[in-house]
Amino acid sequence: MASEEVTTVRARPEPIRAVPVRHPGRWITVAVLAVLAAMFVHVLVTNKAFNWSFMVDKMFRPPIIEGLLRGTVLMTVVAMVIGVALGVLVAIMRLSDNPILRAVGWLYTWFFRAVPRLVLLAVFGNIGILWSRIEFGVPFDTQLGQLFGIDNLQLRLFGFSSRDILTGFMAGLLGLALSEAAYMAEIVRAGIQSVDGGQTEAAQALGMSRGQLLRRVVLPQAMRVIIPPTGNETIAMLKDTSLLLYVPVSVELFFQLDAVGKRTFQIFPMYVAACLWYLFLTSILLVGQYFLERHFGKGYGPAGRARLRLRTIAAEQGGGGQGTAGV
Amino acid sequence: MSELTVPAQAGAPAAESGLMVQAEQVHKSFGHLEVLKGIDLEVRSGEVCCLLGPSGSGKSTFLRCINHLEKINAGRIRVDGELIGYREHGGKLHELRQKEVAAQRRSIGMVFQRFNLFPHMTALENVIEAPVRVKRESKAEARERAEALLARVGLGDKMGNYPGQLSGGQQQRVAIARALAMQPKLMLFDEPTSALDPELVGEVLDVMKDLARDGMTMIVVTHEIGFAREVGDSLVFMDGGVVVEQGNPREVIANPQHDRTKAFLAKVL
Ligand SMILES: Nc1ncnc2c1ncn2[C@@H]1O[C@H](COP(=O)(O)OP(=O)(O)O)[C@@H](O)[C@H]1O
Ligand SMILES: [Mg+2]
Repeated sequence: MASEEVTTVRARPEPIRAVPVRHPGRWITVAVLAVLAAMFVHVLVTNKAFNWSFMVDKMFRPPIIEGLLRGTVLMTVVAMVIGVALGVLVAIMRLSDNPILRAVGWLYTWFFRAVPRLVLLAVFGNIGILWSRIEFGVPFDTQLGQLFGIDNLQLRLFGFSSRDILTGFMAGLLGLALSEAAYMAEIVRAGIQSVDGGQTEAAQALGMSRGQLLRRVVLPQAMRVIIPPTGNETIAMLKDTSLLLYVPVSVELFFQLDAVGKRTFQIFPMYVAACLWYLFLTSILLVGQYFLERHFGKGYGPAGRARLRLRTIAAEQGGGGQGTAGV
Repeated sequence: MSELTVPAQAGAPAAESGLMVQAEQVHKSFGHLEVLKGIDLEVRSGEVCCLLGPSGSGKSTFLRCINHLEKINAGRIRVDGELIGYREHGGKLHELRQKEVAAQRRSIGMVFQRFNLFPHMTALENVIEAPVRVKRESKAEARERAEALLARVGLGDKMGNYPGQLSGGQQQRVAIARALAMQPKLMLFDEPTSALDPELVGEVLDVMKDLARDGMTMIVVTHEIGFAREVGDSLVFMDGGVVVEQGNPREVIANPQHDRTKAFLAKVL
């Protein structure tokens, strides 16, 4: 009844059929990019230096796949696991009440962030020059022995040749993991500091120990801040395994591709193969990171919980709106 | 001689003196800012003590000193006869270890203005956490008591909800249940209703009144004069880091002696 009256009084206006704004600039850009793309494809296809058939033939050979699995993927996983665990420890040291622990934590992050990874790996690769054997026992035993008049006192429990333990893989792993721990420590520290101080206070008031309040209250909440940059670190780590060439670690993707290239005098195709392999591997991680960030970006905890909360907020606001409309 | 025979805590336990909290000449400074300038306060077992005072007068700081969230610079605080934060031995004070301080805090519950619930745990998990982790109770036992406590504060149907899904009043009631789960002998409330919408204040005060009727010893920092008058056994008015006036709440509110108390009450009434 009422709506009919309204339509008779005020006719529905005609739908808008305006002339859209033209964007000639966009078309020019598209044309330029199309030409550039065509040139690029042309080079890829016609330039003999790419030697595609050779590259495809070599890039899936067993030594290369083994290098990819062990030196790149496995190394990334293990270095990140150690890096994260040690990083949490260093972060907690840096936030400790104990000034000595704080200083040690600071010194650690300072050193491992100040030395470039490449240089660090070169140093770890040659650390066998420092000690031929690594042994565990009473420190300064020979010096202490001399103090008490005993010649060449040796109080060693066990040891091994540094050539055995600091093989390429171990030296490389140590270099990457220790360096990663320094970066992770900064990320974890920022995450811990992002948690509201009231949380610590409430936990302390309940009689929780420092360890308990970190493990049960602070770290779970810090995760939201820690997870996304840790994804970035993992991708960076995967790429940085290529630096293991300088340790050297032979069972590794880039080392193997580089070796094939140098042996066959077909360096460029093998470097292109390296690009393609790293593009492939990091793309997989990027997909993983997308889902992780979507998961942790939405308020607290699992996405379902956040969605539920959004729904209750929406319901409250909807209810309020109706209330005012009714008045 | 006496050093050997006298127990570590010089004060008599509450059972004998009837005193749950004894604060003597408590001083506290932050850098050069002296926030508490010699607070003397006694709270008997089973008593509800309401702490009033303008913002910045040191009420929160004093409350936090009682469970050693803040270290005091001078004076003594005893809870149930036990010196808080220190051990007195051979005429000297020795700082307690973190572990020992944590043990003292277990028997002192605290409720905060901004609830400070753990947002990644459900209401039930919030209440179970400390009994299981700190007191090493069995999960089943802690859960049973937590359910009873949540039912008591009127949240029997919200146990699985996360704090983000609860109203302010509901969150504060969970926070009270969480503190009670440790079976404390003293409860500290720091403006428990100040962050709440007016229509939610009543539900929290009701829980606190219920607790007071059960004989819980409570120190309540509040601006709710009605609550102080109805439930309080004593009222302490603080200003500028000192106790200005104290006494029976109904008498102090009806007939304040001190100008500063009068001015303050005129504003909040
Ligand atoms: N951690 C701190 N560091 C420095 N100053 C503080 C700290 N905590 C409280 N204060 C100061 O102490 C004074 C008393 O604070 P507070 O005890 O919170 O007062 P109230 O709870 O009565 O409002 C205020 O001036 C405040 O700025
Ligand atoms: Mg306060």
